[in-house]
Amino acid sequence: MIHIFNNFSSQLFSGFGWTILSSFLTLIFSLIFGVLLALLEVIPNKLANKIGRIYVEIFRNIPLLIIVMFFYLIVPKYFVQIDGFTAGTIGLFLYTSAFIAEIIRSGIQSVSSGQMEGARSTGMTYKQAMRYIVLPQAFKIVIPPLGNQFVNLIKDSSILAFVAGFDLMYQANAIASVTFDTINSYLVIGILYLLITMPLSYYMRHLEKKLA
Amino acid sequence: MKKLVCSILLFLGIFLLSGCGNKVTDQSALKNVHSTNTITWAVEGDKKLFSLIDIRDDREKGFDIDMAKAITREILGPKGQARFTLATSQSRIPLLKNGNVDAVIATLTITPERAKVISFSKPYFQAGKSFLVPKGSKIKKPSDLNGKTVIGIVGDNSVEAIKKVAPKAKVVAMQDYGQAVSALKSHQGDALTSDNGILYGLAAQSSGSLEVTGGTYTKEPYGIAVNKNQGPFHKAINQAIHKIQKSGEYNLLIKKWFGQVPGFNYKEMYIK
Amino acid sequence: MQTWINALSWLNFGFLLKGLAVTLFISVFAIVLSFILGSILGIIRYAKLKFISAIVGFIIDIVRNLPLLLIIFFTYFGLPNIGLRPGAILSAIIAMTIFESSMIAEIVRSGIQSVAIGQIEGARSTGMSFVQALWHVVLPQAYRHMIPTIIGQFVSLIKDTSLATIIVVPELMQHAQVIYGQNANYIVPMFAALTLLYFIVCFTLSLIGNKLNKKLA
Repeated sequence: MIHIFNNFSSQLFSGFGWTILSSFLTLIFSLIFGVLLALLEVIPNKLANKIGRIYVEIFRNIPLLIIVMFFYLIVPKYFVQIDGFTAGTIGLFLYTSAFIAEIIRSGIQSVSSGQMEGARSTGMTYKQAMRYIVLPQAFKIVIPPLGNQFVNLIKDSSILAFVAGFDLMYQANAIASVTFDTINSYLVIGILYLLITMPLSYYMRHLEKKLA
Repeated sequence: MKKLVCSILLFLGIFLLSGCGNKVTDQSALKNVHSTNTITWAVEGDKKLFSLIDIRDDREKGFDIDMAKAITREILGPKGQARFTLATSQSRIPLLKNGNVDAVIATLTITPERAKVISFSKPYFQAGKSFLVPKGSKIKKPSDLNGKTVIGIVGDNSVEAIKKVAPKAKVVAMQDYGQAVSALKSHQGDALTSDNGILYGLAAQSSGSLEVTGGTYTKEPYGIAVNKNQGPFHKAINQAIHKIQKSGEYNLLIKKWFGQVPGFNYKEMYIK
Repeated sequence: MQTWINALSWLNFGFLLKGLAVTLFISVFAIVLSFILGSILGIIRYAKLKFISAIVGFIIDIVRNLPLLLIIFFTYFGLPNIGLRPGAILSAIIAMTIFESSMIAEIVRSGIQSVAIGQIEGARSTGMSFVQALWHVVLPQAYRHMIPTIIGQFVSLIKDTSLATIIVVPELMQHAQVIYGQNANYIVPMFAALTLLYFIVCFTLSLIGNKLNKKLA
């Protein structure tokens, strides 16, 4: 196993980089888009609620692999040319956004409706009450499940291997097909994945205890 | 942090343990196939002419499949069973090495690197690497691919071969041939490289939108793979191939699968 | 239009349904097994038995922090090394069970933890043993709270079976790939069919989860 680390360090390093980059981009964009979707679902507008709901239900109920393959194989054929890394990251972003929206929505709704009414009765507008009273409380509730979602997102980024996205999993496939040492090749990247996900999930558990 | 280190150590321990025990690959494969009256073959499902899943009956069909059945019959007699496990180009050698299957017959080129980890039978088919491109493409020879993107298959040796003839080509590797052709049609690459026999099959499926170009730029003798230290089984397979080629059955199979392929001189493949 | 009719002919659609049957077969087995195994592991982890809980905890943490694809590879290529030779379908069931059990175990552990504070002491003061308190008082409440999360995890499980295509399990995704691999023009209809079929199965399960949740709440 050590020899795989030694002989393929540049591939492993670049795979590690692409995995981190894809996860990071997805994290930023899906957090923004997820919050927007959640707001769509809770603002007092039936049409907006419906649009938000439909998006979330569709993307939560189909496999990530289908979304990613759609962007890799179908979008370039009919719309615009994108490479595997981009296609994979876009797919990951749209998919994760739906989960984040669902977490944030239930967070907002668990902040009691009395809070919103109370804030409004002091003369705040809906926007102000949302911005200063409801969202800050909701964020505290949603931090543990959001953390779990981020760990999931890093694991899910291995989907990039299906679309030649140069991530860790793709590099392991390539290394395994040169060395024929399947188990050890995957063990090596398993450790690299754990290096990212383990500290994150321990930190989340710590945070969960602190907030509880 | 301490927890993290412990976990990683434990994780390693589990997989080191899994290395012990009675490995399937240490037992005599020939004895095993005789006692179960079955040879388990790793084959692929996405290579027209060699081994393709027929949607009508969910069975694999092609030259490799017929060869595997013929060899099984030679070794185990007419009642012997050939069982097929579907593999991808990436998984065919791991499946053998880890003991999921007894032998691999999946357009597997005999290369010195592979011969270090598995044993090959004598060659049973002579292929060569070539290119599949969209009709009307400007790519005519391997060196035209410098600076272009070439689609390969994970686990196929074309990924290494292409670097020798077009060092400046960018290679992206896909999981299987279905994905690779779809990727070519979606312009994720300028050409798809693999063995000519496979590419002729893919071109035939494309109803005229893809073509094979540039002749062959390597020699690719296909062999049947078995595990190292399986001398008796290895010998039995070589004898079976010899018999099938001697009896004329081999030539009939060549004609059956490659007789209708435009641009492919199947008679060159005949064993005299 | 003609492409769509050809692509979704009875023959091809039947082939997809065969794949769907395998997807459901794997899912049902993995759901039942991982619910049982995950619950046991989750309770062990919560119970804080010396050593055992710590070891179980470590293993759970490792498995749930790895990508499922890796677990699938380890199962498929690893089991023959200890003398077993499961086929692709059985390997998929085992891999999904290992992975999902670790996820369920974590859900169960934190579910029990959120209910147990105060409850256990209360029940024990009435003379119940720790096990009795857990079994009669804590678990029924904990599971009631956990149902939406657990169902959500099972929906993920069904979706994740599509990853088994990498070891050529003849499930829905794999069968669609076989069809559009043989005729690249069918790719759009195949993706439409895939989306629809997965959505129907997963959404139905989500709805059942919601209903169950309302009934118990």
